[in-house]
Amino acid sequence: MKLTELEIGQSGVIRSVTGERAFRRRILELGLLPGTEVVLQRIAPLGDPIELWSRGGNLSIRAREALGIEVQTNGGRSA
Amino acid sequence: MTRSAPSVASAPVSNTVLLVGNPNVGKTTLFNGLTGQQARVGNYPGVTVERRSALVELGDRHVELVDVPGAYSLSARSAEEQVAIEAALGICGNPTPTLIVVVIDAGQLARNLYFALQLAEFRLPVLLVLTMMDEVAAHPPIPERVGALFGVPCVGVNARRKDGLHELRATLATALRSPPVADVELPYGETIRRCADRVAETLPTEWRRNVEHDRALALWALLSLEDDDELTAPDELRRKVNEVRGQADASDIDLDLSIIETRYDTIERRLPSCYESTSAQSERTDWTERVDRYLLHPVYGFAFFVLTMLAVFQALFAWADPAIGLIEDGVTYLQDLVSTQLPEGLFTDLLVEGVLGGVGNVIVFLPQILLLFFLVGLLEDSGYMARVAYLMDRVLRSVGLHGKAFVPMMSGMACAVPAILATRTMERRRDRLLTMMVVPLMTCSARLPVYTLVIGALFPPSHVFGFVPVQGLLMVSMYLFGIVITLLAAWVLGRTVVRGRSVPLILELPRYRMPSWGTTTRMMLQRAGDFLREAGTVILGFTILLWALLSFPKPPDSATTTPEAPTTQVVATGASDTMGASPAARAVSGAEPTRPSATPSGGDASLPEQEAASVGVENIAQHAPAIEFSLGGRLGKALEPLMRPLGFDWKITVGLIGAFSAREVFVSTMGLVFGLEDADDEAAPLRDKMRAETRADGRPAYPPLVGLSLMVFFALACQCMSTVAVVRRETKSWRWPALLVVYMTLLAYVASLIVYQGGKLLGLGG
Repeated sequence: MKLTELEIGQSGVIRSVTGERAFRRRILELGLLPGTEVVLQRIAPLGDPIELWSRGGNLSIRAREALGIEVQTNGGRSA
Repeated sequence: MTRSAPSVASAPVSNTVLLVGNPNVGKTTLFNGLTGQQARVGNYPGVTVERRSALVELGDRHVELVDVPGAYSLSARSAEEQVAIEAALGICGNPTPTLIVVVIDAGQLARNLYFALQLAEFRLPVLLVLTMMDEVAAHPPIPERVGALFGVPCVGVNARRKDGLHELRATLATALRSPPVADVELPYGETIRRCADRVAETLPTEWRRNVEHDRALALWALLSLEDDDELTAPDELRRKVNEVRGQADASDIDLDLSIIETRYDTIERRLPSCYESTSAQSERTDWTERVDRYLLHPVYGFAFFVLTMLAVFQALFAWADPAIGLIEDGVTYLQDLVSTQLPEGLFTDLLVEGVLGGVGNVIVFLPQILLLFFLVGLLEDSGYMARVAYLMDRVLRSVGLHGKAFVPMMSGMACAVPAILATRTMERRRDRLLTMMVVPLMTCSARLPVYTLVIGALFPPSHVFGFVPVQGLLMVSMYLFGIVITLLAAWVLGRTVVRGRSVPLILELPRYRMPSWGTTTRMMLQRAGDFLREAGTVILGFTILLWALLSFPKPPDSATTTPEAPTTQVVATGASDTMGASPAARAVSGAEPTRPSATPSGGDASLPEQEAASVGVENIAQHAPAIEFSLGGRLGKALEPLMRPLGFDWKITVGLIGAFSAREVFVSTMGLVFGLEDADDEAAPLRDKMRAETRADGRPAYPPLVGLSLMVFFALACQCMSTVAVVRRETKSWRWPALLVVYMTLLAYVASLIVYQGGKLLGLGG
């Protein structure tokens, strides 16, 4: 499923990252690699961007780009 | 030419030590802790990226310590990151660093080590510093073991409390004597190695050093070069990279992912060895997260956001006001002093109006600049600025900008000059340019005196729907007009002149931290000094030029009378207008300073009218005022045919010429045109004169429609030499300020034309 399909507070494991090359490279370099756990932390009050938690840090990207991140849920719900 | 790092002992002062690291790791605080008071701020060659450096004594050597802009990796996404890469690799005119200090957030070890690992791959002389050790006190990494990953020294510090700085200094001194060369072996597969070796063959000779360094450089090229980057690389290398990448793509090899994954795998395998015990990863629900539950909440979050922004705005408007008043009074006092002490004449005039006035025009911006940078510094340092960008991104995205443009835009409602300086918080040049090009359209405080004069003089103090005051409504409309036009202009310019690759937003939301007062204050002072040096000289020059334009040639002695009767009354109240260009010129005749309230002139408009009417009559100059003979006056007359279609006569045109020094100078220039010695926007004589002015056929020269056209002109035209000067300073070229003046003036002309001609067609008088 897509990262944006996670519920708020739900975690998933990244399966693949696609998108414009420079964006994808930076996302990978920030440690959001296949196999990394990611949590959809919240969505900005105006509906975009979204906030992610991964590797002990918070990161915000727009929903449009988040569509390129495929995740797999482990069913776990934290928060 | 590059030289090998360890051989510089013979020239100790030429040692360069770089502080590099990810953004938000406390690099600048550490820089300040190591350097004390004396930092020099310059620019990197060719780009407007601040280069902060200081000479420090470490052990027996003097070294230049450079605070390199933050970067997440060696693949640049912004001008700042590119500068960081070029400085670290010692390419593109940068000296080869003697030592690279990689600053690492101890709480974000994996991500920060990725950057350090990249440098280690180059076999560069590296030293690691772990900051924010206090935030991971429960489960701290052991510095020696982190350093052992690459075989280099590593020190843990808390720069804010100056813990560990002494040890760091000692380690730096030792490392300078024999630079530790980082070493790391990465298990890239055979395919990647072959790709890298093929690319390495085409590296320019001056970039080459040894096998490992060249391979690292080849990997960097493979990962970072692409068709539309802004990196400096020879064409041959680019062609080779494209060829190798194309072949990899064809055989379904994901080079980017493979390289990055190998690095992270290496880090993750070694990471557990850095800790005393194995324990769970850092907690997701720390106190930053708990705070964000409120500060990013749809209701509380927005409430807090609005309050914070109101506070910033109020500070720019009201808190700076007393200081601005003080500066204005001080300059006026000096001007009076000089003009009474020196004999009357050209030199005195030049000194008083040109030089002193010009210096006043420059320093009058300081209160707002200092305040804005202090507040912006606090917002950035605490981590809230990233949240502002997060909250407002959706709004600004729709016009082609992103959330970080919000604070400069809002500051533009006080004054465009500090707002343009505030665009430096944005990473990308294209975003900075676009914001600079539209911020001057926001209704800044210098437009207020003009609106107040025009609304007070040309619109009746009546009400619509029986209770909404027309004058207040007009003022609010002008503010809204400014905001809408700014956003529209961003939308249009972003798709035409300032087109650029639309880079997807990747915004780190750092942990909340106590802002460092020292860092914030120092940054504020450095930036203010920068403004004084670079924009100040241009503003001073323009002021003298405009003074000359409106003073020469002098009228023949018989042609003019200097009005005398009303000066005692008006001078007493209108002290500030002789120097003109204050960003928040105050409506001095009322006790209240000008504020962005909904009805700044609505209530008191009628108050001074009756009492002043009697004074106004004596005040009519019998002959033409001096300004009419000046070059500026003649220019106004020459331009009249051009301005007629907007409803402006030559008198208003002269006022517009004077207003280029600063918008509110329109008021005092109009005073001169009407033969009033000293006028301000609330003073009745000027209002009465404007109201009483008639055309040849006896109809009023300035009906409300002309007032509207005039206000629209002021809303859109780039009548502010300080804005022009500061855009030049920030873009390092005259191209962008020229574009700004041209597009805003054209926009103003066309919009006023439409308003005036359209109004006439609708039968609204004229």
